Amino acid sequence: MIETLTFYLFAFILIFSAVAVISMRNPVHSVLFLILGFFNASGLFILIGAEFVAMILAIVYVGAVAVLFLFVVMMLDVRFNDLRKGAMQYVPLGLIIGAVLLAEFIYLFSGWVLPDNTNEILVSGMTNTQEIGHILYTDYVFPFQLAGLILFVAMIGAIVLTHRKRAGVLRQNIKEQVTRTKKDAIEIKKVASGTGV
Amino acid sequence: MMILSYDIYNIIPELFLTLSAMILLMFGAYSKNMDSKMVFKGAIGLLALTGILLLYSFNGYIGTAFSDMIKTNPFSQFLKVLILGSALGVMAISYSYAHQIKTAIFEYPVLLMLSVVGMFIMVSSNSLLSLYMGLELQSLSLYILASIRRNNALSSEAGLKYFVLGALSSGLLLFGISFIYGATGAISYDGIADFISMSLTISPGIIVGMVFMLAAIAFKISAVPFHMWAPDVYQGAPTSVTAFFATAPKIAAFGLLIQLLYGPFAQLSADWTQILYFVSAASMALGAFAGLVQSNIKRLLAYSSIGHVGYALIGLTTGLSGGLNATLTYLAIYLVMSLGMFACILKINKDEQNIESIEDYAGLSKSNPLIAYAMAIFLFSMAGIPPFAGFFGKLVIFKAAIDASLIYLAVFGVITSVVGAYYYLKIIKVMFFDEADLVLDQHKSKGSLAVISLCLLFVVFYIVSPEYLANIIQSVSSWLFVNG
Repeated sequence: MIETLTFYLFAFILIFSAVAVISMRNPVHSVLFLILGFFNASGLFILIGAEFVAMILAIVYVGAVAVLFLFVVMMLDVRFNDLRKGAMQYVPLGLIIGAVLLAEFIYLFSGWVLPDNTNEILVSGMTNTQEIGHILYTDYVFPFQLAGLILFVAMIGAIVLTHRKRAGVLRQNIKEQVTRTKKDAIEIKKVASGTGV
Repeated sequence: MMILSYDIYNIIPELFLTLSAMILLMFGAYSKNMDSKMVFKGAIGLLALTGILLLYSFNGYIGTAFSDMIKTNPFSQFLKVLILGSALGVMAISYSYAHQIKTAIFEYPVLLMLSVVGMFIMVSSNSLLSLYMGLELQSLSLYILASIRRNNALSSEAGLKYFVLGALSSGLLLFGISFIYGATGAISYDGIADFISMSLTISPGIIVGMVFMLAAIAFKISAVPFHMWAPDVYQGAPTSVTAFFATAPKIAAFGLLIQLLYGPFAQLSADWTQILYFVSAASMALGAFAGLVQSNIKRLLAYSSIGHVGYALIGLTTGLSGGLNATLTYLAIYLVMSLGMFACILKINKDEQNIESIEDYAGLSKSNPLIAYAMAIFLFSMAGIPPFAGFFGKLVIFKAAIDASLIYLAVFGVITSVVGAYYYLKIIKVMFFDEADLVLDQHKSKGSLAVISLCLLFVVFYIVSPEYLANIIQSVSSWLFVNG
């Protein structure tokens, strides 16, 4: 009973905040509603016993991604209302397509039969974290390593597209500073008296 | 606990390529005098070494590895050879052009090699998870390559457009995969195939998932109605990168499509042939008619590649092994033709800029007869005029269609190829019969000369023994129907 109630609480707040994300005028409010949505989604994960995924959702999405979003939205000087101006003319078309898709999915899910092996319950007595760690480095080691390679490419891409060598910037070169000797740092001039430099 | 050290043997080419890309990156990042020519040359050498490794292990190490994540057999090895061949060709023609437009940075070959790794994984994946990861690795590298000329507005626009639409198609793919997993409870190809063959009625969830996946793959091969990114990206990206877009990723996505359709979804051929029928006919029509009004050579080749994808899809529309062989033959010939074509285009430069407007090709036959004649032969071949290779590609495709009694599609294909021939011949007319004083930059590049002459040899002498390629394809494609 209480579980069902909690589920509906989380689910309704999730849907409400998802709608709010796309309908808020102020983009900062949108991002804040996004964070609320993430929290409720992680609540749903806890309800089905996936506490590891729930924590990851809170830490990675709320802690890193959403905060980054917030920074970008605050720092970029984009007038979002100007961007929205032309968008209203596509609303009827979007609504029609959305309605058709919704009808199709309702039809689809009303007759959905889950295969037997999709609701396997953990039996080994291990926690979520242990279980994920167990298969991540055995059965799924190949896609896991590939994910690392994809992040590597993303890193190269970020550097290629944004790193610029700027001329005229003074940089500190510690090695150069430390290896300076008296000989190449100062020059002693003998100035004859009365002539000036 | 299935990881055996033997599994490593199945991914030796991928491992080698990944490690070489990393070494080249380190070399480029730490070398003081920043001469990226060494990295470009090193990349060619390492890609060639990968090719030797691939050919050496062509018939060895057959089977699945890493808990059914990947499967290697001569079919996937054959596709890898095609992909690697186009990557090598593109690398060979890249340096002088990239140097000229000041984008010869050492990350260029590194990203190209990493995208090849992604394509290798795409064609040897045996699970929807590794399929997605391979596809993302490939796409992410290509997004960066498209916008690598970052001071150029067109290139940045191309990269951004490709990225946004590519992310959308990845979303479609994942959505489809979630449907398939929800309906079958499996993500390995074999698991899905087993589930479908054992179930009495096909649940609509599988069909919907398959349609979403097909849409995402159609985006990757730029087939109508998911083609809209292609002309802008082809035009905006640096020409050498466009040459890569037109060749290797298409082969990889086709390889993926073939393995999905003839593997897990083989039982559903009645459903997917209808979709492919429409996609193929629409791609051929758009490729032929939209190409007529183009004045930019890169946009024109984008529409031409959409058309070629349509022809190649005819073979798959048959749903038979004969059609599959025809598709592979067509793809191999298309690869060589467009590589040669782009190698020629990269030679046509004026004032350190690649000439892209077709009108400016006037007088090319007088000033640079060699390039003009080579280009004319590639264009004749693309138009499907005998005795060049492109004609035989279309011949096997239409023959396969007629064998599968897809008469209307074959007739439609012939009509659109006649329409398409107009714009290929128009370029030849401009090059040979329009008078103008054209003075081109003279850049010596052994690489592009080698690529043009090899492609020319293939296109011209294919007629001598078409059976040679056909036999190879016959023997490798039979592996698709072997279980295990």
